[in-house]
Amino acid sequence: MTFRLAAVLALVWVLAGCGDALWNDPYPAADRGSNTLFSAFVERPRHLDPALSYASDEWDFITQIYEPPLQYHYLKRPYELIPQSAESLPTVRYFSADGREIAADAPPEQVAQSEFEVRIRPGLRFQPHPAFAQDASGKPLYLALSEADIRSRYRLSDFPQTGTREVTAEDFIYQIKRLANPRGTSPVFGHLSEYVIGLKELAAALRKDNDKLLAEHRARYGSGDKGLPWIDLRQYELSGVKLVDRYTYRIRIKGKYPQFVYWLAMPFFSPIPYEADQFYAQRGMNDGRNLTLDWYPVGTGPYMLTENNPNARMVLTRNPNFRGEAYPAEGEPGDEQAGLLRDAGKPMPFIDRVVFSREKESIPYWNKFLQGYYDRSAIASDNFDQAVQLSVEGQATLTPEMERKGITLRTSVGTSTFYLAFNFLDPVVGGLTDRAKKVRQAISIAVDYEEFISIFANGRGIPAMGPIPPGLFGYRDGEAGINPVVYEWIDGKPRRKSIDHARKLLAQAGYDNGRDSKSGQPLVLSLDTVTRGPGDASRLEWYRRQFAKLNIQLEIRATDWNRFQEKVRTGNTQIFFLGWNADYPDPENFMFLLNGPQSRAKTGGENTANYQNPEYDRLFERMKNLDNGPERQQLIDQMLKIAREDAPWAWGFHPLNYGLSHQWISNTKPNQIARNGLKYQRIDPELRERKRNEWNQPVVGPLVLIALILMALCVPAYLSYRRRERMAGRERA
Amino acid sequence: MIGYIVRRVLYAIPILIGVNLLTFALFFVVNTPDDMARMQLGAKRVTPEAIERWKAERGYDKPLLWNDSADGIERLTDTIFYDKSVRLFVFDFGNADDGRDIAHEISTRMGPSLALAVPVFIIGILVNISFALMMAFFRATYLDFWGVVSCVAMMSISGLFYIIGGQYLISKVWHLVPISGFAGGTDALKFVILPVVIGVIGGIGAGARWYRTIFLEEIGKDYVRTARAKGLRESAVLFGHVLKNGMIPILTGAVVVIPTLFLGSLLMESFFGIPGLGSYTIDAIQAQDFAIVRAMVFLGAVLYILGLLLTDISYTLVDPRVRLT
Repeated sequence: MTFRLAAVLALVWVLAGCGDALWNDPYPAADRGSNTLFSAFVERPRHLDPALSYASDEWDFITQIYEPPLQYHYLKRPYELIPQSAESLPTVRYFSADGREIAADAPPEQVAQSEFEVRIRPGLRFQPHPAFAQDASGKPLYLALSEADIRSRYRLSDFPQTGTREVTAEDFIYQIKRLANPRGTSPVFGHLSEYVIGLKELAAALRKDNDKLLAEHRARYGSGDKGLPWIDLRQYELSGVKLVDRYTYRIRIKGKYPQFVYWLAMPFFSPIPYEADQFYAQRGMNDGRNLTLDWYPVGTGPYMLTENNPNARMVLTRNPNFRGEAYPAEGEPGDEQAGLLRDAGKPMPFIDRVVFSREKESIPYWNKFLQGYYDRSAIASDNFDQAVQLSVEGQATLTPEMERKGITLRTSVGTSTFYLAFNFLDPVVGGLTDRAKKVRQAISIAVDYEEFISIFANGRGIPAMGPIPPGLFGYRDGEAGINPVVYEWIDGKPRRKSIDHARKLLAQAGYDNGRDSKSGQPLVLSLDTVTRGPGDASRLEWYRRQFAKLNIQLEIRATDWNRFQEKVRTGNTQIFFLGWNADYPDPENFMFLLNGPQSRAKTGGENTANYQNPEYDRLFERMKNLDNGPERQQLIDQMLKIAREDAPWAWGFHPLNYGLSHQWISNTKPNQIARNGLKYQRIDPELRERKRNEWNQPVVGPLVLIALILMALCVPAYLSYRRRERMAGRERA
Repeated sequence: MIGYIVRRVLYAIPILIGVNLLTFALFFVVNTPDDMARMQLGAKRVTPEAIERWKAERGYDKPLLWNDSADGIERLTDTIFYDKSVRLFVFDFGNADDGRDIAHEISTRMGPSLALAVPVFIIGILVNISFALMMAFFRATYLDFWGVVSCVAMMSISGLFYIIGGQYLISKVWHLVPISGFAGGTDALKFVILPVVIGVIGGIGAGARWYRTIFLEEIGKDYVRTARAKGLRESAVLFGHVLKNGMIPILTGAVVVIPTLFLGSLLMESFFGIPGLGSYTIDAIQAQDFAIVRAMVFLGAVLYILGLLLTDISYTLVDPRVRLT
C-alpha cells in the first residue's frame, strides 16, 4: 500500500516538476509568452522545393518562405494581383507571327507570342544560408566540400557560417530553368512547356547531358549512389527567357495567354540562387542526411524554415533579411469596421515565430484548440455541432460555449466546385442527343444537393449553378445567376424544380417511369465512386435514393482512388463525383473543365466528363483571352447557357469554409487563393497566456480519489492474503 | 549454439526473399508505377510525359519481374524487383518516392517509437504478471471471479475507446498531461505518460487472463503439490516455483515481441502525435509509397526472425533441459 501511495505521489511530483507551467502544456517553457503563433498540420509536406511543390498543404509553408514576383491583395475582393518581389505588375507586349509588335487589343488569333517583362525590387536579399558563406577573401566556404567535410554534418545548423547576397533577375531565370531539370519532375512542366518558349528544348538538352553524367556516375559509384554531380543551369540557354539587366527579365510565351500572369504569383516562379543548388548537390549531402533544397528552402520571404521535422513539427522564424513590407492600407467595404485596417502601413511580419505541430487526428487537434494551444482551427464534421449552430435561415453562428471563449468564426466560399459528372462517351447518358440531354437534366433536378449539403456537409456549401464559384468574375448572383434547367425563381429565392418535372423530362427521353419505352427494361445507371470505409455507406445510399425518385436503379461501382482515376482517364465510367480547386481566380480556370479539346479520355486534359459542344468550345477560345469586362461576361453567360442546357454535370456545390480563431489573434481574413497570409497576422501573447492559465488548471482530485479507491480495494485482498499465508500447506482446490 | 544461430541466419535468407516477393506482388497488384507517379505528382495538370519522367527518375520504368528486352542475367536483374530488393539485404533502403532518405527517417523515428513501446512492454508485463498471480493466488474466490470478469470486459473494449476516453478524461477534463505531441529528452516524459498508461491498461485484459491460465496450469502440477507438502507458504510456492516455471511460455510470447518494438504502434502513434515508425508506415501505405512499405515490411520480417531466434536462445536460459544444436 505504501508503494502505491508513493507511486501516486511520485506521479504528482513528476507532473508538478514542470514548475509553474500548466501540466498539459505541450510546448517548452521557453515558448510561454513569446510572440509565437501555434498552428497544426495534418499531412506531412512531400515537397518544399518550389519547382516540385504543387499542393495546398505544402504551400502553407513555402509561400511564407519564397516570394514569386506577384501576390494577391490580402484584403481586396475580387482577388487582385499586386507586386511581391516584383517592383510593379509585369508589362505585356504582343507580337505577330512575323515578329512585329502588335496592339494589346489585337485579335487573339493574330498574337503569335506574348512577352511579360518583370522588374524586380532592387535590394532584395536571400535569408541567411551556408551556401552564401564566404571566408575573409570572399571565397565560398561551403561550395567545394569534400565527402569527409560533410560526413560529420547532419543538419543545416552543422554549417556554422551563413551569408546572404542580393537577389537578381538571374535567380528568377535560374528557377524557371529548374522547372525543366530532369533531376526533379516538376508537376507543371508539361503545362508550362506548352507556353514558355524554349522550355521543351531546354529539357531535352538537360536530359541528354544528365543521362551522360548519370552513366559516368553509375560506372564510377554504382547505381544506388545519390551524389550526382551538379548541373549548372546557368550554362544552358532558355530561348524564351531573357535577362534584360540586373533587375529585369522577360518571359516570352506562345500565343496569347493572359492567365500566365497568375502563374507569376505561384512559388514555381520564385527566385532560387544557383549557390543553393550547388551547395546541396555536393557529394554526401543527400546520403542519409536529407540536406536538399526540398528539405531546407532558401527564400527571401518574411519567414525561414528553422526546424524541419515533418513527423512532429516545423518551425518558421522571422527572416532577418526580409525586405520589409507594409500592411495594406485599403481593403473591401467592411474591413475597417472589422478592425482589419488597424495595422495599415505598419511593417510586417508581426509574429516572430510560427510553430506547426503535426496533428493527424481531429480529436486531439480540436481539443488542443479549445485549450488554447492552437491559435486557430478548421472545423471537422465531428466537432461541428459543438462549434456552430445554424439558425432557421441557415445562418451559421457560434455556440454559446465558443462565444464564452471569445472564439471568432470566419466563413468564406471556397474557390472550388464539386460536381456529379456524366461521361459524354457513354451511350446512355452521354452525347448531345435530345434523349441523353433530357436524362441528364432529369437527374440534375432529382439529385437534391441542398439536402446533400445539409446532411453530409453540415450545411457548409452552396448549391452550384454552374462551374464558376461565387467571388470570381463571371459568377452572377440572384435570379440572373440561376440555372433555369434545374431551378425556378420563386419569392426571391431559387427553388429546385419539382420531381414531377424531372419525371416528365425522363418520360420525354423515352424512359417513362424509369423504364425504356421500347424495351420495357428498367433504366439502370452506374455511379463510379471511391469508398474509404463504412462511413461512405450512407452517402451512397443517399445517391441511390435520389435516383430512385425517378425509378432509376443506381448501381454503385465502388473502387479505390487509383482504379477510379484509371476509369475516368479511359472514359470507362457513366456517372461519377469529382471536384476542382482553383489554381487562380479566373473563370477560365473553371470553364476549361468543360472544354472539348481538354477531354480526359481523348487528350488527358481536365475535362473529366469528356463534354464536347463545338459552340461552347468556340466561345471558350474567345473568352479565355479576354480581359474581364462586359464582353467577357457576355461570352461566359452564353457558355453557361449552353452548358446548363447540355447538363454535362449535375452542378453539385461550392464548399463553404469555416475557420475558427481565438480572441488573441487578429488580422485574419480568409483567402481561398493565396496562402501567404501569416505575415499579416498578429497575436497578443499576454492575453493568450492568461486564457491558457484560466482554461487549463490541473484537476488532481479525481486522481487522488482513484488512488484511494484502489487502495481500499487492496485491503480485503491483503487481509485474505494474510489469512491464507497462515494456512500454509493446506491443499486448495 | 553458434552453429544453430548460423543455420537460422541462413534460413532467414529465403524467408526474406519470399517476404520481399510477396510484398512486391501484393503492392503491385493494387498499385501500378503509374499510380505511384500520379500520387506523387498530384492530380492536377499531370501529363503522360511527367509520369514517364517520374518513373524513369526512380527506376520504375523497367519491367516488374522479367525483362524480355534484356539479355542473359539482365533479364532478371534489369527489373524493378531486382533493383529495389537486392540493396535491402545490405540494409540500404534507398529513397522514398518523394525523394527523402528512408534510413534517415527510420533512424530519427525509432527513438519516439521506443520511448512509447518499451515502457508499455515492460510495465505491461509486470502489471499483467502481478494481476495474473493475484488471480491465481485468490483462485476460486470472488477476487478471481471479478478479476476474470474485468479481464474479459477489458478485452472486449476497443483500443480506440481507451485512447479517446483517456484523452478526454485525463487531458481534456483533468488537464493533467498534454493530449498529444512529442519532445525529445526528458521532456518526452509528459507526452508518453498517458499513452503508456493507456497501452498498459488496454493490454491487461488479454495479457493477465493468458498469464493466469499459465499459472493455474502450473499450480496443478505435482511439484507444486510437493512444495506445499513440504510446508512452504503459498506465496513462496507461487513466487518461488510457479512463477519461475510459468516464465517459459511467457518468454515465448514476450521475447519475440522485443525486436518488433522498434516498429512502433500504428494507432497510438497516430492519436498521440508521436512521430514514430508506426505512423511512418501508415503514412506510406496511404501515400502508396512502395519504397517505404517495402523497407518497413523487410525490417519487420528481419526483426521478427530475430525475435524468434532470441526466443529460442532464451529457452536455453530459463530451461536447462533445452539444448540448441
